[in-house]
Amino acid sequence: MIGNLGGIPLSGFLTVSAILFTMGALGVLIRRNAIIIFMSVELMLNAANLAFVAFARSYNVLSGQLFVFFVMTVSAAEVAVGLALIVAIFRSKHSIDVDQMSSLKG
Amino acid sequence: MVLMNLTLILFYVLAVAAVGTAAGLLLSRNTVYAALFLVLNFATVAIFYLLLGAPFIALVQVTVYAGAIMVLFLFVIMLLGAEKLPLSKVLPWQGPLAIGLAAVLLVEAGFLLFQRLNSTSILAAPGADLNTTAALQTLGKALFSLYLLPFEVTSILLLVAMVGAIVLTKQVKGEQA
Repeated sequence: MIGNLGGIPLSGFLTVSAILFTMGALGVLIRRNAIIIFMSVELMLNAANLAFVAFARSYNVLSGQLFVFFVMTVSAAEVAVGLALIVAIFRSKHSIDVDQMSSLKG
Repeated sequence: MVLMNLTLILFYVLAVAAVGTAAGLLLSRNTVYAALFLVLNFATVAIFYLLLGAPFIALVQVTVYAGAIMVLFLFVIMLLGAEKLPLSKVLPWQGPLAIGLAAVLLVEAGFLLFQRLNSTSILAAPGADLNTTAALQTLGKALFSLYLLPFEVTSILLLVAMVGAIVLTKQVKGEQA
């Protein structure tokens, strides 16, 4: 009975994953706060992880879950460096508005 | 039959919660609220992982993502005191254009998914065989044998990230921020 609680179509998980990825991309495009842009990137990584785990379950392989583990580690490293960059930029410009980071503009 | 419907209802409720919290992240003006919406989103995705029979990944999601990473985000938000940005419309056409492009992306992704996918494939709910310590042991053995090299490379990556974060935020002597 425990093994037969019913099921959810794979397409359901993939649809949620696609919607979350699109919303993350939208957040990167429309927001100007560097921290929110960064959180939207995390949302996109998370959507990809969800698709990984759904496919791992569908094909009955473990490698998908291990890939998610690695993606999480890499994103942790990315967050550490990225937030350090944001702190450094805030120190010199006193703002985290990405529209104001135009020093290289001719 | 009733139980199957319960699982499906749980899935739909979680899906609505995930999309709703993502929308909250995009729409909230206050960065702290956006970060808390993202924590909720991570929690719902963790429950998705449990539904998919990946309890280890679900717990890593809660501890690493919702725990460590989001605490780091909140720490930086409150350190900088940058909860709110003044509204300034530099590019007024940027928003509508981005929404249009995102709609194109969604349609594309959906088309590819449903073209390649056998949409009738139903995932069985995780059985007793998936939620045991034996499955966890298999995962650990694969991590430390087949994926040993990526694992070690990851540890070097984390070390480099740590050194990089310290170097980037370090105050140079004599320079006043």
